[in-house]
Amino acid sequence: MQTYLKKPFSLVKSAFLTLVVYLCLGAILSSYAQEEHVSDTTRHEEGHSKKVKISAVIIEHVMDNHVWHFFDGHYGTLHLPVIVYSTERGLDIFSSGHFFDEHHQEITYDGYKLEHNKIHRGDKEVLDFSITKNVMMLFINAGLLLIVMTSVAKAYKRNTGKAPRGLQSIMEPVVLFVKDEIVKPNIGPKYEKYLPYLLTLFFFILFGNLLGLLPGSGNLTGNIAVTSTLALFTFLITNFSGNKNYWRHILWTPGVPLPLRFIILPVEIIGIFTKPFSLMIRLFAAITAGHIVLLSLLGLTFIFRSWFVGFGSSIFVLFISMIELLVAGIQAYVFTLFSSLYIGMAVEEHGHDH
Amino acid sequence: MELLTPGTGLLFWQVVVFAALFFLLSKMAWKPILSSLKERETSIQTALDSAEKAKAEMASLKSDNEKLLKQAREERDHILRDAREAANRIHDQAQADAKKNGDRIIQDAKAVINIEKQAALRDVRTQVAQFSLEIAEKLIKKNLANDTAQKELVNSFIKELKLN
Repeated sequence: MQTYLKKPFSLVKSAFLTLVVYLCLGAILSSYAQEEHVSDTTRHEEGHSKKVKISAVIIEHVMDNHVWHFFDGHYGTLHLPVIVYSTERGLDIFSSGHFFDEHHQEITYDGYKLEHNKIHRGDKEVLDFSITKNVMMLFINAGLLLIVMTSVAKAYKRNTGKAPRGLQSIMEPVVLFVKDEIVKPNIGPKYEKYLPYLLTLFFFILFGNLLGLLPGSGNLTGNIAVTSTLALFTFLITNFSGNKNYWRHILWTPGVPLPLRFIILPVEIIGIFTKPFSLMIRLFAAITAGHIVLLSLLGLTFIFRSWFVGFGSSIFVLFISMIELLVAGIQAYVFTLFSSLYIGMAVEEHGHDH
Repeated sequence: MELLTPGTGLLFWQVVVFAALFFLLSKMAWKPILSSLKERETSIQTALDSAEKAKAEMASLKSDNEKLLKQAREERDHILRDAREAANRIHDQAQADAKKNGDRIIQDAKAVINIEKQAALRDVRTQVAQFSLEIAEKLIKKNLANDTAQKELVNSFIKELKLN
């Protein structure tokens, strides 16, 4: 069994190495793209405090946006569709390009106005279901996952009874790792019911993290809306699959003196919510922080306006990018691990009270 | 801070897309992947089990063979021992018979020889007596041809008689 397990790990390693090489190239390319962008902004607003501008650029990069900016020039920006709903106007769909004139200045379109990534109509904010940059990233991520995983599934049907090949042999150890190292030990005998959800979760976060490191891409898994949704799913699954023991443990913790129970009860109830909350914050903070660190290091070049700093910070960016690759895997692992831990706690059968 | 407030649009799309992704992947990816992984695991396990069983069978077969071989060897030894004993017995018997026969023949021969010897001796004795008589006759005839010799003989007889 031992040797059976060892092989997938070396495969994981080789898969990761390939990704590292690939993303090193990506990091270098992204640094070029971002340099261009940052220098452009600096040129535009000469005279203002540079530090403030750099931080604004960084925040803009990690935030969601109604346009997808790849590079400057006429074709460098993708104007994504805007879908808004308001009680007086109903559903409206139009291109976000309408918010800008020929000189890239923000204008009002049909009574709608785009301000700080929020769409207003008059004084009121409208319900915004726009296909933003991160929604695009979400579609790309989901599409990629579907393509990759269904092709792997097809490979299993095609190579029945044979050794895994190609993409299948890259994905199989990861699937086995999630199944045997994360889900099975934490949930216990009922793990198979939750495996599809946790596998989807793991690969969604992993792919999202890695895609987010690509040059020009959006910060999908570092967005609080995304992480809060994922945490919400784990929260719902945990509490809907909670058995009698789980709820008794929360509401009437056994083996605790009566006066203490009045303290423990609110703590336990808060605990139901802090668990998914920690999931949400952890993933958001880890990925967003990584992006901010990378962009800040690149921003140093434009604060100091020096070749040497540029060279030094590029090396640092390369180094941090490697760490970000590691973080991409670790965060996917940690989110899945804690999700399965919480589900495991909810479905655990207590043989004894403690 | 804007960074910490989730956008409603992304929230909505994330719920929709993730739920759809979950259902699609569960049906199209995880189900076939996990079932074939399980299938492979069980097939490997059964292969290992059957190999173990075959090994045990081989071992029992080998011990059976050895037992048979041992039995055969024992039987062979037994037969050989029996045969050797039988051969010895027959040999001894033959030897004893031969000896008895020989003895009898020798005894018979001795008896015949004795009889022959007696007969020969008897023959010899009669012939010796005959020859002695003939010799004595010839001697007497020769010695008593003149007077002096007769006188001397008579005298010697008288001398002998006197002594008695």
